[in-house]
Amino acid sequence: MSRRPISVSIDRLRGRRPVPSPAKLPGDDRECPRCKSRFRADEMRRNQFVCAACDHHFPIGARDRLDFMADGGDWTEIGGELRATDPLRFVDLQPYPDRIRSAEAKGNTEAIVCAELRLAGQACVAAIMDFGFLGGSMGSVVGERFAKAADHAVARGIPFVTVTSSGGARMQEGVLALMQMAKTIVSLDELADAGLPFVCVLAHPTTGGVWASFASLGDVTYAEPGALIAFSGPRVIEQTTREKLPEDFGLAEQQLVHGHVDAVVDRRELPARIGRLLAILQQPPKAQPQSLATQLAQNGTDRAASMARALPQLSKKLMDRVMGEQPRRPGDRW
Amino acid sequence: MGPRRGPRFVRRVVDRFAHSEQEGGDVWEAIQLARHQDRPYPLDYIARLMPDFEEIHGDRLEGDDAAIVAGVGRYHGRPVAVIGQQKGRDAQDRAFRNFGMPNPEGYRKGMRLMELAAKMEIPLVTLIDTPGAFPGAGAEERGQGGAIARSMLMMLRLPAPTVAVVIGEGSSGGALALGVADRVVMLENSTYSVISPEGAAAILWRDAGKAKLAAQAFKPTAANCYRWGIADAVVPEPDGGAHTDHDGAARLLDGYLSRTLRELGALPVPERRRLRRERFRRLGAHRELPPDSAALMAQGADRAD
Ligand SMILES: [Zn+2]
Repeated sequence: MSRRPISVSIDRLRGRRPVPSPAKLPGDDRECPRCKSRFRADEMRRNQFVCAACDHHFPIGARDRLDFMADGGDWTEIGGELRATDPLRFVDLQPYPDRIRSAEAKGNTEAIVCAELRLAGQACVAAIMDFGFLGGSMGSVVGERFAKAADHAVARGIPFVTVTSSGGARMQEGVLALMQMAKTIVSLDELADAGLPFVCVLAHPTTGGVWASFASLGDVTYAEPGALIAFSGPRVIEQTTREKLPEDFGLAEQQLVHGHVDAVVDRRELPARIGRLLAILQQPPKAQPQSLATQLAQNGTDRAASMARALPQLSKKLMDRVMGEQPRRPGDRW
Repeated sequence: MGPRRGPRFVRRVVDRFAHSEQEGGDVWEAIQLARHQDRPYPLDYIARLMPDFEEIHGDRLEGDDAAIVAGVGRYHGRPVAVIGQQKGRDAQDRAFRNFGMPNPEGYRKGMRLMELAAKMEIPLVTLIDTPGAFPGAGAEERGQGGAIARSMLMMLRLPAPTVAVVIGEGSSGGALALGVADRVVMLENSTYSVISPEGAAAILWRDAGKAKLAAQAFKPTAANCYRWGIADAVVPEPDGGAHTDHDGAARLLDGYLSRTLRELGALPVPERRRLRRERFRRLGAHRELPPDSAALMAQGADRAD
C-alpha cells in the first residue's frame, strides 16, 4: 500500500456531537467524522484510535483498549467463560440468539471484558465495556462478569477501574437486564466494605441503565473528550418534551461544567492519569512482624506479649483482637 | 433459584395466572390493568394502612417533586417509612404529578427519608408505579442518572427491613431506583419491565405503534417476574382488579406486608444486609463454557485482533 500523507484540517470545535459510526472506506482506511482526515489502519492503531489531526476519539473495542492500557499490553481475563442465554426467547426484528452470534462473529464474546492488569505500575482489576458488541448493552453476562471482577479485586485487595461505553440495559433480556443495574451496585458496596477505590472512565456513549448505576458512582470519574453521557438520550428527550437541545447536550465537556465528572482526559493519557491516582491512594504497606512476641512487646502490651510467648501459634485474627485492631466486617456500618 | 416459601393463596394466584399466560393472550390486558387510572396510588394505600402519616417535601437543594411521595407513618403500632411514585387521576392532577415520572429531586427526597430510616432503623416500604424517570434536559443536568444510582446504593445499605411493592407499572431504572429491597413483591395485575412497551416499540421495531407486539415479547407480568426470581411473591387483588375496590386491595396488601415485615425483623442487621446483597447478586441468566473451551475461544479472539 502506498503511503499517503495525513490530511490535516484544523477544526477543533470542542463539544460538537460526534457521529457514532465513522465512515468506512475501502480497505481498512478510516475517515474522521469531525475533520475528514483519512488514516490507514496502522496509523489509527498507533494513535489508539484517536484522530491525529483533531483529537476526535473513535470507538474502540474492549480488547484493543486493554492492550493499550495495560503495562506491556499484558492482562489476564476474568469471567471470560460466561456467555449469554435467551431467557425470554426474545424476538424483535431478529431472534436474540442470532444477534448474539453476529456480534460474536466480530471477535468479542460479550459487551464487557474484565481483567487483572497493571496500569502505570499499579495492580488493579479493570472492567472494560465494548460498544461494538450489541451497543455495549448490559445483560446478565455483563452483570456477572462485573461481579466476578469485583470479587477478584476484593480477594486480591486491589483497586477496581471501569471504562463504560454502553447504550444501557440489554432490551432482549427484559427485566433480567434491568436487575443487572442493582447487581453492579451490590459489587460497589462490597468494594466499599473492602476499602478499595472505584475509578470510572466514561467513554462514548455512556447512557441509560449503565449511567444510572455503577457508572455514576465512581470515587473519581474521568470522561473521554466528546463522550455522550446521559440517562435519557437526546432523541428521547426531544421526542418527549419537544425541547430543542443544544448540539453539545450531555457531552463530557458539559458534564464537567454541570459537576457530574471530575475531568475530561484524552484516551492516550488515561493509564498515566489513573496510575497516578491509584498511587496517591495507596495505603502504606503494613509492617510484617518478625515474631508476635517482639511486635507485642514493642507495643508495650505486657499481658498480650506474655500470651504470645505462651502461644506461639497464636493466629493473626486473635492477635488483631488482642491488639484492638479488629478487621472491618460488612455490617459494621449501617 | 431455590424453593420459595409463601402462603398457599399466593401460589394459587400464580398458578392461575401462569396457566392463562401459556395461552399467550393476557399480557396486553395486564399492561392496561396495571395502568388503569382508577387503580389505587401510594396515597390511597397510605390513607388506608397508616392513618397517621407525616409527608416530607423537598430535596433541600432544588425543590419538591410531586411525582414522589415520601413520609413516615404508624403501621401496626410501629414507625415505618414509605416512598412511592404518585400518578394523578384527572388531567390537572396528572400534570401536577408529572405522570408519575420522577425528577432527581424526587429520588433525593426519598434519600432524605432513607437517612432517617437508617438513623432510627425504621423499616422502609416502597410503592413502585412509574413509566420511568423523567427524560428532560433539566433532569439530566441536575443528575438524574446519579440520583437513581445513589438511591439504589442507599436502599441496599439500610439496616432495617425493606419491602418494595410494584403496585402498577414498574418501568426502567426509574422504578428500580426504589426496588433494591429485602423482598420485592408485585400485585397480581402489575408489570415490571426494562422499558415501557411504547419505548421498546420505538427502539426495537422502530415503530411506536408496535407496543402490543413489544409487550408480548417482554412478557412483564407478575407471574413471569415471579418465575424469573424478580418478584418474591405475588399479592392477589380483589376480584375484578384493584381499581374496583381500593379497600380490598389495601387489605390484601396489608396481610402480606405486616407478616413480611415481622418475618424480616427477626433477622440481625448484618444477616439481613448479607441476604439482601445475595438476592440481587443472584439475578440474571447466563451460562458458563467449560474452562478449556473458554480459554481456546479467548485465544482465538486475541489472534483475530
Ligand atoms: Zn479528526
